[in-house]
Amino acid sequence: MTLNLSGVGLTHANGQVALSDIELQIAPGERVAIIGPSGAGKTSLLRLLATAQQPSAGRIEVLGADPWRLSAAARQRLRARIGLIHQAPPLPPRQRVVTAVLAGKLGRWSLGRSLLNLLHPLDTAGAAAALARLDLAEKLFEHCDQLSGGQLQRVGIARVLYQEPELILADEPVSAMDPVLAGHTLGVLSEEAGRRGITLLASLHAVDLALAHFPRILGVRAGRLVFDRPAAALTRAELDALYANEQLQQPATPPAAPYVLHIPRC
Amino acid sequence: MLTLAVPRDPAALPRLLLTALALALLWPGLSLSELDLGVLLHGDSAATMGNFVAAFWPPEHGREFLDLLGRATLETLAIATAGMSLALLVALPAALLASRALSLSALHRGGRPAWWGALLRWPVRGLLIVLRSVPEIVWALLFVRAVGLGPSAGVLAIAITYAGMLGKVYAEIFESVDPRPARALLGSGSPRLVAFLYGILPNAAAEMLSYTVYRWECAIRASVVMGFVGAGGLGQQIDLSMRMFAGGEVASMLLTFFLLVLLADQLSRLLRGRLT
Repeated sequence: MTLNLSGVGLTHANGQVALSDIELQIAPGERVAIIGPSGAGKTSLLRLLATAQQPSAGRIEVLGADPWRLSAAARQRLRARIGLIHQAPPLPPRQRVVTAVLAGKLGRWSLGRSLLNLLHPLDTAGAAAALARLDLAEKLFEHCDQLSGGQLQRVGIARVLYQEPELILADEPVSAMDPVLAGHTLGVLSEEAGRRGITLLASLHAVDLALAHFPRILGVRAGRLVFDRPAAALTRAELDALYANEQLQQPATPPAAPYVLHIPRC
Repeated sequence: MLTLAVPRDPAALPRLLLTALALALLWPGLSLSELDLGVLLHGDSAATMGNFVAAFWPPEHGREFLDLLGRATLETLAIATAGMSLALLVALPAALLASRALSLSALHRGGRPAWWGALLRWPVRGLLIVLRSVPEIVWALLFVRAVGLGPSAGVLAIAITYAGMLGKVYAEIFESVDPRPARALLGSGSPRLVAFLYGILPNAAAEMLSYTVYRWECAIRASVVMGFVGAGGLGQQIDLSMRMFAGGEVASMLLTFFLLVLLADQLSRLLRGRLT
């Protein structure tokens, strides 16, 4: 199992419960999408899996090891094998795109190599190849503050592609892209996962994108796993129940077009 | 009715009270420091000051003196630069150790380091405090006794005090810039030093540079003060000229100072322009 969670819960320092009772097994090579309303705990779940946060209950196993029983050094080595794509990639504004992408491999490079790379990019071709797959090759030597939100997201994805991790976790990776580009980018991620036989787990805002690119769908609501099934077996009623919002619902207006999802694509 | 609709600013009263408190605290401070501006105009003190300043004109510009001035200026620059370089050697590692920005344990604790990490940071902070709490003039007096009269005492004194100041301010700059890039790098397995270089330094470089050049400027001034106790440079020359009542020479040296500070200011602006 690439990921194995049993009875996992997460309570924030202020007492707020973010996740409870998560049971989840994901095999190597699986492609899984996490969907659910805003604030359901999708990001918390991904942060747990990326070992960026310690669960307050239950057991978690990532790539065959319990990260919280490892020494700090071994945990850093484990983290180098996990690629986390951030919704808004945290990149220094003055950093060049080539440096930001090459930073994906810092967990594997020696200190000397990392220092040298700061003075002169050592693998410009590798960074250019990763960016070219996302149609961003011409931005190689630009500064990160010159890019738009969608372009920054693609730089973040290129960094993880260059990192070549054994597990890709993506937190709303295409939220700032137009629908066509979002579809293309998810296609690149799926293709990368398929080609290298690695696991891909992405939280998505747009349900149709999740259904189109991922064979297995997890539904998260209020910190709990509501459903976990193949995309083909998912029914409309389940989706409606997942996104039902008691506070926003208008009692009198019946849905005009029952077969169109009311969830925005992006 | 319209006037009733405007809600009262809830911060008005606390602000007023704070202002009154600040003024009330200022008064005992003024009387404690025995500040009396009247003394400046009283009796013939104005005339005495006038005579002192009048002796500064014209600035000395004899060939021989300019040679001496050039040598002393170079010596001052060398003292300040060498002192700053030594200070940086101590300050950079100390700032990295003292800063919370690179804590691995803070990564999965919402930015709060574990207690043992905080405990290990305290000795480094203590060292920085000790280094900068003793004024450089005291260090200079100490080193003049140890290594004798001359520039090396000034270099050591500047190195020690400024290591404390630079280390403290660098550590604070590291903590004040956006921590997310470095956290993301640490979270993908980077070693801490590398996460610093790729995640924090790009954001902190401009501010660090500006502060370092400003400190270099301060080091030039400090090396002058230390010259008075025999640590070489322009300060020693000013001391000698003052004792010989050669006001023109003092004026020339003060003009040199003005130029040095101007130079530091322009350098800082140039470097910041390159980085931001």
